[in-house]
Amino acid sequence: MKKLLAILLAAPAIALASSGGTPLERAPINLHDKLSLQRGAQVFVNHCLNCHSANVMRYARLQDLGLTEQQIKDNLMFTSEKVGDTMQGAMDPAVAKAAFGIVPPDLSLVGRSRGPDWLYTYFKSFYRDSASKTGWNNALFPNVAMPHVLWEYQGEQSLQVTERRNRNTGDVTHVSKLVLEHPGSLTPVAYDSQVADLVNYLAYMSEPAQADRKLWGILVLFFLAGFFVLALMLKHEYWKDVR
Amino acid sequence: MAVLNKPPVTEAGRFNGLLTWVDQRFPLVSLWKGHMAEYYAPKNFNFWYYFGSLALLVLVIQIVSGIFLTMNYKPSAQDAFASVEYIMRDVPGGWFIRYVHSTGASAFFICVYLHMARGLMYGSYRKPRELIWIFGVMIYLALMGEAFFGYLLPWGQMSYWGAQVIINLFGTIPLIGEPLAIWIRGDYNVADATLNRFFALHVIALPLVLLGLVAAHIMALHEVGSNNPDGVEIFNDIDPASGHPRDGIPFHPYYTVKDTVGVAVFLIFFTVIVFFSPEMGGYFLEANNFIPADPLKTPEHIAPVWYFTPYYAMLRAVPPMFGSQFPGVAVMGIAVLIFFAIPWLDRGRVKSIRYRGGKYRAWFTVFVISFLILGYLGVEPTTVWGEFAKGLPIVGGDYIALWVARVLTVVYFLFFFLMPWYTAHDNEKPEPARVTW
Repeated sequence: MKKLLAILLAAPAIALASSGGTPLERAPINLHDKLSLQRGAQVFVNHCLNCHSANVMRYARLQDLGLTEQQIKDNLMFTSEKVGDTMQGAMDPAVAKAAFGIVPPDLSLVGRSRGPDWLYTYFKSFYRDSASKTGWNNALFPNVAMPHVLWEYQGEQSLQVTERRNRNTGDVTHVSKLVLEHPGSLTPVAYDSQVADLVNYLAYMSEPAQADRKLWGILVLFFLAGFFVLALMLKHEYWKDVR
Repeated sequence: MAVLNKPPVTEAGRFNGLLTWVDQRFPLVSLWKGHMAEYYAPKNFNFWYYFGSLALLVLVIQIVSGIFLTMNYKPSAQDAFASVEYIMRDVPGGWFIRYVHSTGASAFFICVYLHMARGLMYGSYRKPRELIWIFGVMIYLALMGEAFFGYLLPWGQMSYWGAQVIINLFGTIPLIGEPLAIWIRGDYNVADATLNRFFALHVIALPLVLLGLVAAHIMALHEVGSNNPDGVEIFNDIDPASGHPRDGIPFHPYYTVKDTVGVAVFLIFFTVIVFFSPEMGGYFLEANNFIPADPLKTPEHIAPVWYFTPYYAMLRAVPPMFGSQFPGVAVMGIAVLIFFAIPWLDRGRVKSIRYRGGKYRAWFTVFVISFLILGYLGVEPTTVWGEFAKGLPIVGGDYIALWVARVLTVVYFLFFFLMPWYTAHDNEKPEPARVTW
């Protein structure tokens, strides 16, 4: 435990080492776009729920996205679960651990812990790597245990590293670039849009109340503005006789 | 019978009978008059005087929202994280209660820091108000404990590792450290036992202590009367006709209506955060805390919540000595406890910064700036401003931010240690006889 404290106090070096070099792309998401959220939910249940879970998210909550319970059952649920159940992964955690070396993390809150920009960049940063166990690697999350689940849509990228020599100092820097080698079933633009839908859904799922919350906020602010004016008038009325 | 000796209430119209019945059995009228209707407060309170009543408001907000959270929260390592998400998703209005409580924690510290700054500026700790100040610093300490215990409860990664780090600070105390840390945790690691006891301390023990201290703080205040931005005593100038201070006005209705305006403005700011930005860019709710606690996985960067960061920066600034982090821990502890000594360190002849000389003003300004920069540095890794390019004598090739933190830590302490000197030899202006208005 004392060692832990020593590590933390010397933390800066560690913090720098692990922050990675890939700049994040801004995720083009809109939580009010219900169609995008519905498409994202579909990608999520079709591809993510095979291994991951979202164990605090109930299927019934998807009514937020403008779906009826029947539509949710027909389109987004494949097992015998009830619509009030939470989203459990299809894979047994022990099997997943054997296959990937780790239990795939629960995704209920990944939109908040990682943030939309990180997720958007992550889904676009997979590349072929014959050295890795799954045959895939990720430029944002090096040596990630997860294979590129959406590869059929995006196709296969490769990581090309070029050396650049500074003419004055002679220092060599490595610049890496992802190149699409074999296109998938979607064009790059359509793939970006699919990933944006998925990230939009993940952001929604991490806090389903957020649309509600902003609406309430506006109402409360209107009330407080009125309350402030009345309070100020009352104060002036009383304080007139203080001299 | 004593009941008959107390005169009946005559000022309450149709409620005279009821009030008389109560007042002859409970000191209702005298309490009301002593603390509200006939508590004379200086009429020249300015902006800084809102934060006492606002801190009290936040205390009430925290207690009420806390009661509702407790109804749905489960204090066990197995269920805690999920129960918070249950509150966020399945409890009607649960997200509102939770965000009010999490925002309230930061709001409490904002109010308390501004309230303390007010006390420092206008000399509100000077004779005869030393005890008010002492109770106040005790409230500050209790509040730090309350915030620390509460922060573990969501059982996220930051909760867990933050608690781990802070408890380990106690572990650095020579001889008794390690058994003390185990005693605090109730385990060799932060675990279920720790969560359970922190829950008990957070919802019962410290709220009781806080309420008791707040009562003592206000009773001591009402015993000696309020200070004001001029630092002159209003009770030195009594109007013979009324028997009340010329510069005093009854707390109720004048300050109750004025503080209501402050409440409205405060709630507007509070609302904006609760409804539009409850995470406050990661300063009020940290992204890592949306990952369940994992004792096997240390997060990359552990920083406490913003209200502790000035002290955290000091902790990191002090180098380990004799292979122990204890000196840093001691510095951090003394940095908080030293506030107790202020009433006896200040030798100035005037109370308010308005009539102080340049020395106090300069030291106070430098102190506030140091505190703010230390707070900023406590959030960032020490590498934030890079490294000295070349090895300097003594300093070597070290981090710039680390050295800034070291210098500012020294400045922080000099503000206190040199206070008896610079307040006694300052070029003060004469105080006015009455408050400026």
